[in-house]
Amino acid sequence: MNMFMPLFKREFLGYFRSPVAYVFIVIFLLAAVGCAFFLGRFYESNQASLEIFFAYIPWLYLVFVPAVGMRLWAEERRSGTIELLFTMPITVTEAVLAKFCAGWAFLGIALLLTFPLVVTANFLGDPDNGVIFAGYLGTFLMSGAFLSVACCTSALTKNQVISFILGVVICFIMVLLGWGVFTNVMASFLPATLIDFISSLGFMSHYQGISRGLIDTRDLVYFFSVIAFCLTLNSYVLNARKAV
Amino acid sequence: MIEVFGLVKEFAGLRVVDDLKFDVPKGQILGFLGPNGAGKSTTMKMLTCFLEPTQGTAKIGGKDIIKDSLEVRKLIGYLPESAPSYGEMSVREFLEFVAEIRGLNGKNKVIASERVREMCFLENVWHQPIETLSKGYRQRVGFAQALIHDPEVLILDEPTDGLDPNQKHEVRQLISRMANDKTIILSTHILEEVEAICQRVVIIAQGKLVADSTPEKLMEQSTMHNAVTLKFQNNHKELARNRFESINEVSRVEDLVGFPNALRVFPKKGSTIVHQVSEVVNSESWQLEELHVEQGRLDEVFRKVTLS
Repeated sequence: MNMFMPLFKREFLGYFRSPVAYVFIVIFLLAAVGCAFFLGRFYESNQASLEIFFAYIPWLYLVFVPAVGMRLWAEERRSGTIELLFTMPITVTEAVLAKFCAGWAFLGIALLLTFPLVVTANFLGDPDNGVIFAGYLGTFLMSGAFLSVACCTSALTKNQVISFILGVVICFIMVLLGWGVFTNVMASFLPATLIDFISSLGFMSHYQGISRGLIDTRDLVYFFSVIAFCLTLNSYVLNARKAV
Repeated sequence: MIEVFGLVKEFAGLRVVDDLKFDVPKGQILGFLGPNGAGKSTTMKMLTCFLEPTQGTAKIGGKDIIKDSLEVRKLIGYLPESAPSYGEMSVREFLEFVAEIRGLNGKNKVIASERVREMCFLENVWHQPIETLSKGYRQRVGFAQALIHDPEVLILDEPTDGLDPNQKHEVRQLISRMANDKTIILSTHILEEVEAICQRVVIIAQGKLVADSTPEKLMEQSTMHNAVTLKFQNNHKELARNRFESINEVSRVEDLVGFPNALRVFPKKGSTIVHQVSEVVNSESWQLEELHVEQGRLDEVFRKVTLS
């Protein structure tokens, strides 16, 4: 794993080498806080909790995470540096992990920067900070799952736009699978056990538990499995289509 | 140092590299030639472990490119075609990143990057983002990254492509300087480059090896080899033509396009005629402006072996 660090460092710092990272963080924070305050009526709800904030996050991630991940492999393909990278003594697994972790760390920082919301809630009322912590943990895990999908779609193409759109579509399906409105529609023609199974594959059913403060090992295992599955697929795609 | 055993690469059933066999001893500069699409880059990508061969294998420093891929990659410095690099990084950041991935840390990293900075003349652009550099500088950065770990084997894919004549000259000097202790394969379609720096030439066409020789031996295959070109002060052309044609070893005599008083005398295969020709000139006391013996033309041989 000794080649993990240099690549991780390059990728992570790479986000900050262009203004894109700062623009991204600012827009993400505005959107996250804006959703909580204006769409979710954070003040008017009169609750000292971040439940409203966490409810909007998956929908924001739907767009933001594929935007963070689209560059990771597509750019290497477009510029030809993929050839440079894989003629250095680094394995595909190391490279996949390093890039993923760099993106994940960036998303983590963006998420941490929403801390004024926590401060505000604590200032105005007396929220259960344990629940808030669980919410952040769940959100971070979910962002990892979104990102692993985006890594995978990024490895498929040299075009960042295609990578982004594919990522959004797949993430959207993953969110839809567990979303109440969608399951209600399915309930009209599918048996209940099948619907339970389908919605357990989606992000929402696992996220909602954690974001309400219930840290269930099964949900943690779920998110890590999604990440592991997508990154394995990512390595496979790279091995199979290195030169394309 | 480099042994290639029947490399084959197929893309979607199309054979791009077909049963290549050659080897390169330590310290040799091998020119790897072929028309566009002959499979040069694909071969290099297999040797550098970027692509897996469909069949066959190769050994570099005694290590197998398939089984020992990571070890092989440590031995090689590779400059891919058109020298890709991470444009948003500065030259220094990029080279230090490559050094780290090559396992150099702390002091060694600094020493290595300073060494290549001097070797490749990168002082002036050291802190500039690579995307703002000219093509010549980018190529030098590509060189620097290939050299940073002082590899035993260098594989260079068209190292002078797209450079101006001065830059080409610089790059050739750089390669010649490194030749003492490194084994180098370089692909190119600039034939003068091969004459200038390579000790050996491998030519491939449609994925197959069609020539494996030294530049001198290849030039001997040229019909121009040992031909004698003469320019007379006065017009003795018709008389001279008759006299030269009567020499035993001469195969034919041709006019030189654009020079009214010049002739080129071609020898029969394998013979030299410069003595006989100059004897005739002396005996007739013709005044000459120029007389020289042709080495042969690589481009002619290249066409002959790649088109047949």
